[in-house]
Amino acid sequence: MNKARDNILQRLRAQERPPGSFPGRDFLSRHDWPAAECLQRFTERLQAVRAEVHHSSPEGWLELLVQLCRDKNLNNLLLSPQTRWGQAIYAQAGRFPKLQAYEHPIEDWKPAMFHGIDASLTGTLGGIAETGSLILWPDAEEPRQMSLVPPVHFALLEAGRIYSTFAEAIARQDWVTKGMPTNALLISGPSKSADIAQVLAYGVHGPKELVVLVV
Amino acid sequence: MAMPTEFRIRVEDALKKDEVRTHFRKAMDTLMTNRRNQFPDEAELQRLRTQAQSIRANALSKLPELLEQLESNLVRNGVQVHWAETTDEANRIVLNILQQHNARSIIKGKSMVSEEMGLNHFLEQQGIEALESDLGEFIIQLDGETPSHIIMPAIHKNKEEIARLFNARFPHIPYTDDVDELTRNARAILRDKFYSAPVGLSGVNFAVAETGTLCLVENEGNGRMATTVPPVHIAVTGIEKVVEKLADIPPLFSILPRSATGQPVTTYFNMISGPRKPGEKDGPTEVHLVLLDNGRSTIYSDPELLATLRCIRCGACINHCPVYVRIGGHAYGTVYPGPIGTILEPQKEGLRVHGELVQASSLCGACGEVCPVRIPIPDIINRLRHDGVRQDGGSRTRDAGTRRKRLEAVTWRGWSWAASHPSLYHLGSRAATRLRKLMPQRLGAWTRVRTAPALAAQTLHERLKALGVDHE
Repeated sequence: MNKARDNILQRLRAQERPPGSFPGRDFLSRHDWPAAECLQRFTERLQAVRAEVHHSSPEGWLELLVQLCRDKNLNNLLLSPQTRWGQAIYAQAGRFPKLQAYEHPIEDWKPAMFHGIDASLTGTLGGIAETGSLILWPDAEEPRQMSLVPPVHFALLEAGRIYSTFAEAIARQDWVTKGMPTNALLISGPSKSADIAQVLAYGVHGPKELVVLVV
Repeated sequence: MAMPTEFRIRVEDALKKDEVRTHFRKAMDTLMTNRRNQFPDEAELQRLRTQAQSIRANALSKLPELLEQLESNLVRNGVQVHWAETTDEANRIVLNILQQHNARSIIKGKSMVSEEMGLNHFLEQQGIEALESDLGEFIIQLDGETPSHIIMPAIHKNKEEIARLFNARFPHIPYTDDVDELTRNARAILRDKFYSAPVGLSGVNFAVAETGTLCLVENEGNGRMATTVPPVHIAVTGIEKVVEKLADIPPLFSILPRSATGQPVTTYFNMISGPRKPGEKDGPTEVHLVLLDNGRSTIYSDPELLATLRCIRCGACINHCPVYVRIGGHAYGTVYPGPIGTILEPQKEGLRVHGELVQASSLCGACGEVCPVRIPIPDIINRLRHDGVRQDGGSRTRDAGTRRKRLEAVTWRGWSWAASHPSLYHLGSRAATRLRKLMPQRLGAWTRVRTAPALAAQTLHERLKALGVDHE
């Protein structure tokens, strides 16, 4: 189909182009919100779309997670044993539902992933206060489907990594220089739809519950 | 009287459906209120619109270079890039990929470009099932319909209709008209399909040239499913969707959902830069991008019409259109309805087939006022009206000049001549006022639903003179 490519580009180039009248990029929108306000806005935004947000501490979050797993009657929890938080959880494995690692490529255990996993837990790269969004860059330890297929998704977020806007997060974390991962995500609540008569319903294709633990 | 056109017949049918009209009115009112609530600060809205407009205009001014940069970055990331001049070529590219994998079915995330391609129909003819997974698209596909809105495809259906439809198609599931239960049922049906689909297909909201990244905006997670679970992902998009820098994305992603449905943000913003890398445990092992022209490069060649290509497909113009709210999306008979369809479809498919759409506008200007990238839709509607009848060869718009009617042309030429010859004009207007009793009460379509206007007893000139207004 190189002919199509050449033809299209040739047609686009044949024209006298509108001058690039770009006044320069001043899109780095950010707000001078103090950390407490960032956390508050982030929390309110997410709660408005029915996400659970818990403010915890480096000492308290593990206990809170134990309690949440019990309250939700989870039979198992999918997580990486390699991450810092994964190691902490595995160290007290007896207090949690059955811990499941994402050890193999999805092809080797797809039925169990789709039909047997109650919940997953992942870390995040940060949060966005303005929109109540989590930033995830799935990787080999915490692959893409972890935050997508299980009905409940627990996400851990460091309170100090809440940026005021998406633009600020991209700039401060220097995404362009770092190079984009296979998949980067903003997640702003549980899956939802208003396609039936404009009535908002949750849990369409992605997780039905999003539980954020701010540490 | 001339035969009513297909468009007119569809409009008349649509106007007779009171219940559907009420439904559209209610839905559009909600969408307009939601949007308004998202922009309490007028200055912020205007600043954001200016940013979004300049981002899109900048990208278009460098379009061929950015497409090449996008391609080379995507290829470096491991994505296979295909180019299609026509929808037929695009369909064949998709078919070819499916055949390489012996795929008998695909699962689709929402994509208006795939609607433009008529992909589902094309694949069905090849014996391949194309299943829609966006809840709204899934519903209308069950009923053999096309979307009536680009963001909310099933907006014309009420929940009872959807409940009956589910019951007819899935009789083994107990009847329910509870929205949560209907949603749960759809989730269960489609989960199995995501699980087993060999290929997933999606559209693209923005493509970033700088990094080779395809961005998808959605709420349901079906877009993530279709691009994550099947071993092969095919993305289809128009060549105009590219932007230059990653830093261009946040302003667009801020104004898009707020303009579209009045949400501050969508649940998912999915940025895809390549297939599964060695060591990664999931994600498709193959990612394809199909870049479709289908008339866009012709639109690109006109400095005025070019603005059409800035569109980010939010649907705000549709939500605010007094014509759309009355006739609904299907009456347009096009893939894209409402004001954006009114300017895009005649350019894409030609004035001969869709030129009539530009007449179906009151030029109230609402679409242009809400457009997040400031496309001057009313100006372009006027321009296309002119293109339809002009004979000066000054437009490359497909089928320019074909809508010219001899009687209309002669009438306007006569009018313009009379209006520029004062004595003749005065004679004519005086005669009209004196002979006003003779004016027919039936003036074709105009008086079918209106009373014929009565002419005054004296001309405006006479009355002004009587009031002592000086001629000059």
